[in-house]
Amino acid sequence: MGQQPITFLRQVVALCCYPQLLESPSFPEDAKQRAQRILQDCGGQSLGSYSASQGVECIRQHVADYITQRDQGVPSDWNNIYLTTGASDGIMSILKLLVSGQDTCRTGVMIPIPQYPLYSAAISELEAVHINYYLDEDNCWALDIEELQRAYLTAKQHCQPRVLCIINPGNPTGQVQSKKCIEEVLHFAYEENMFVMADEVYQDNVYSSDCQFHSFKKVLYEMGPEYFNNVELVSFHSTSKGYTGECGFRGGYMEVLNMDPQVKVQLIKLLSVRLCPPVAGQAAMDVIVNPPKEHEPSYAQFTKEKSSVLDVLAHKARLTERILNSVPGIKCNPVQGAMYAFPRIFIPPRAIQEAQARSMAPDMLYCLKLLEETGICVVPGSGFGQREGTYHFRMTVLPSPEKLKVLLGKLKDFHLCFLEEYSQEEPQLSRSSQHQHRENSKPDA
Amino acid sequence: MTSLQNVNPRVRRIRVSPHTGLQSLAEHITQEIAQGVQKPFKEVIDVSSGDPHKAGMKPISFVRQVLAVCLHPELLMNKTLPLEVRLRAQRLLEVCDGESVGSYTNSSGLPHVKQSIAEFIMRRDVGVPSYAKDIFISAGSQRALVLIVKLLASGQGETWTGVLTPMPCPYTLPTLLDEAGVTLVPYQLMEEQGWAVDLDELHRALKTAQGRCSPKAIYISNPGNPTGHVQDWKSIEEVIQFAAAERLLLLVDEVYQDSVYGKGRDFISYKRVLSEMGKEYSETVELVSLHSISSALMGECGLRAGYMELLNMDPEVMHLVDTMLCTDISTPVTGQLALDLMVNPPKPGDSSYDTYTQEIVFTRTTLSQNAQRAQEFLNDLPGMSSQPAMGGIYLFPRLDVPSKFLEQAKILEVEADVLYCQMLLEEEGVFLGAGSQYGETAGNHHLRLCILVPPDTLEQVLPRLASFHLRLVDTNLHPDKSAGMREIL
Repeated sequence: MGQQPITFLRQVVALCCYPQLLESPSFPEDAKQRAQRILQDCGGQSLGSYSASQGVECIRQHVADYITQRDQGVPSDWNNIYLTTGASDGIMSILKLLVSGQDTCRTGVMIPIPQYPLYSAAISELEAVHINYYLDEDNCWALDIEELQRAYLTAKQHCQPRVLCIINPGNPTGQVQSKKCIEEVLHFAYEENMFVMADEVYQDNVYSSDCQFHSFKKVLYEMGPEYFNNVELVSFHSTSKGYTGECGFRGGYMEVLNMDPQVKVQLIKLLSVRLCPPVAGQAAMDVIVNPPKEHEPSYAQFTKEKSSVLDVLAHKARLTERILNSVPGIKCNPVQGAMYAFPRIFIPPRAIQEAQARSMAPDMLYCLKLLEETGICVVPGSGFGQREGTYHFRMTVLPSPEKLKVLLGKLKDFHLCFLEEYSQEEPQLSRSSQHQHRENSKPDA
Repeated sequence: MTSLQNVNPRVRRIRVSPHTGLQSLAEHITQEIAQGVQKPFKEVIDVSSGDPHKAGMKPISFVRQVLAVCLHPELLMNKTLPLEVRLRAQRLLEVCDGESVGSYTNSSGLPHVKQSIAEFIMRRDVGVPSYAKDIFISAGSQRALVLIVKLLASGQGETWTGVLTPMPCPYTLPTLLDEAGVTLVPYQLMEEQGWAVDLDELHRALKTAQGRCSPKAIYISNPGNPTGHVQDWKSIEEVIQFAAAERLLLLVDEVYQDSVYGKGRDFISYKRVLSEMGKEYSETVELVSLHSISSALMGECGLRAGYMELLNMDPEVMHLVDTMLCTDISTPVTGQLALDLMVNPPKPGDSSYDTYTQEIVFTRTTLSQNAQRAQEFLNDLPGMSSQPAMGGIYLFPRLDVPSKFLEQAKILEVEADVLYCQMLLEEEGVFLGAGSQYGETAGNHHLRLCILVPPDTLEQVLPRLASFHLRLVDTNLHPDKSAGMREIL
């Protein structure tokens, strides 16, 4: 989407890829050092060797160091770190591991609505049971613990709820959980013996000054040893988001806490079937968790690039929210984090009827028309899940501010026309056939 | 707390490969050496797995240069890199979204790369048409294979999907089939005929499946992994006819197609043979052909990219393949670009051509010379016999061990070839693959030796192996030694 990669990251991976460049004066010493360290732990000092299934050892250690530092000293053991092919791969593996039982004992997986559809797809593929818990739109998409409990109790009647998935910061909602909320969730997990999957890929994408990223692990630690030593928690991160946006590298990691040793053996066995995650992606992950330090030559440029990306994202988030909220019939919650706006749209009853007649969700109809009339492609809320009778769409805030303004302007115009077109009482011809009708009814000259 | 009984039964059923145990032992010994423990050798030499770079083979310079420029486009201006390299990198960046290797691609792969692959296949198969829409790129050919097998997995009890699988087969295959949840139906390859496929054996294997499962596919690797057998036209035709008659989907792993060195043998693709078999075959037999950058000449296992070409597949199934790939957005862009470079190497006249050719020739020569050297060497050892390999990157010699050794293995409850490999590791620091991990081969024992290694490495391995082997054959096994072995395990 036009965002520039972080120079340092690309330098390190390029050096790993073609180590002859280590002789080149055009690469800084700190990049060379990182590359050499990574290659040292690669078979034959090449990115082309298979690594161990859990990942290159020094990279796992660096991940553990990063987490320890991020969480202000809460210890992280590199043996609990698994490098993955993007976070998606880790998420799929854990879900696959945990689905078992028949009929009313079948594993139930709690997912937020709205959610990133990888979860619902995985649950379907694994034939586990969906347990939806609704985020509170009127309250900035906050997680309501009572709703969690409601969903749990209802589900218990027809399945065995075992897994609780949370996305923080949220996708598509962008909400950033408060520390108190995370505590309540972990307490719930402790009480009901739930396995918590914390998708934290947007941990570097927090824009609202009222919000702060709290890692599930740190909160768990601060709740005391009874919780910290018992609640099963897997936390995910990736190279695809944050300030690096390296989606094409397929890099990620997961940290696994309090997993039964026998279950861990099964996890390792499962991961080894895939041989190993792409080593270039592992190298990218290494740079993210081991960026230039203050005294290093690349520090200034790195910091500048990182701030620039994050500042612009924050600006775009606010801009998008503001413009969307200026449109009658669109209401957008504050974009506290992540990379998306997920506004609620008012769809007139007549449009809903037309959508039903065409066997599609009303917001899908909206998005199709938007695409056809403006060339803007967004994803209907029905793809992520939403409360019955509400409609949304998700757009990213990634285009440049200039482009965003243009695009949001077009969106605004479209929306107003859409409302007008479908708001009238009498059966209306569509605009093009109205024109035709007028043409046909012109008197002959 | 989640316990073992809560774990997905399908995951639990994934068998543990004996390779895992040997690998741990190798790592353990390496750690001991690092800690200063005295051993009769300086380091463990791993010749068990098909990881050429790990063994010391070098990547193709052109590939790594182009990828480096794609990763760090500032290098486009770097005059120390050949012009060809920079031009190619520029062209490849243009086909990436946002001209960056950091962007997501289509779930089935970059259209440009798929087209390159289709064109490569057409050239290779002397004009048989190939279309980008039938190509699906994945993070290694295994990922593509597991996807197809998962789609095939259905039924219950007797109707449960079975896949005819050669014995021996790649050591990763049984676990992959377990993960996909299908039944492995073994068919023996004919060792005495250089590990050829035998039609009667295929029929026999099919019969054994009756009442147990419902075979829906047959897997075969050509060149054979780990056997090194290269099928001739007639053999391929027979397999296709068998698959057609029994309505089986053909899963053909052709990853080592670039490494045929046997005299008078060439690689022929299943697709090519199929295309010349008349419409009742060429338009009906469902064929999945697999290839990847983990090939002999590229050796880029860690970059993780491969592809499958689907032939005569129901369009709705192809759509499902595409959908499933969406949940597995897993092929790194650097790997996809490496695929492009593999199928589109430098041409005569290009400035990088000479270096490229030299490197390819070196790898090919190393492979065939190592094969010959190792084969002769092993065949000279008593109780060791190796069929002549024609391609691929392994030798798979048969091991005839003294009966006393067999008894010891029985007492220790390990397969004799696994015990052999364990002891070889302990005493000589040489890591070979054990044949029994590739599936039972008619009660015999075998070893897997990767021959795509620097010649120097082979020259270190062979004498150590001989030394160990001759000791074993001549002497009896000491009881205290085997007890020590048990502790480590």
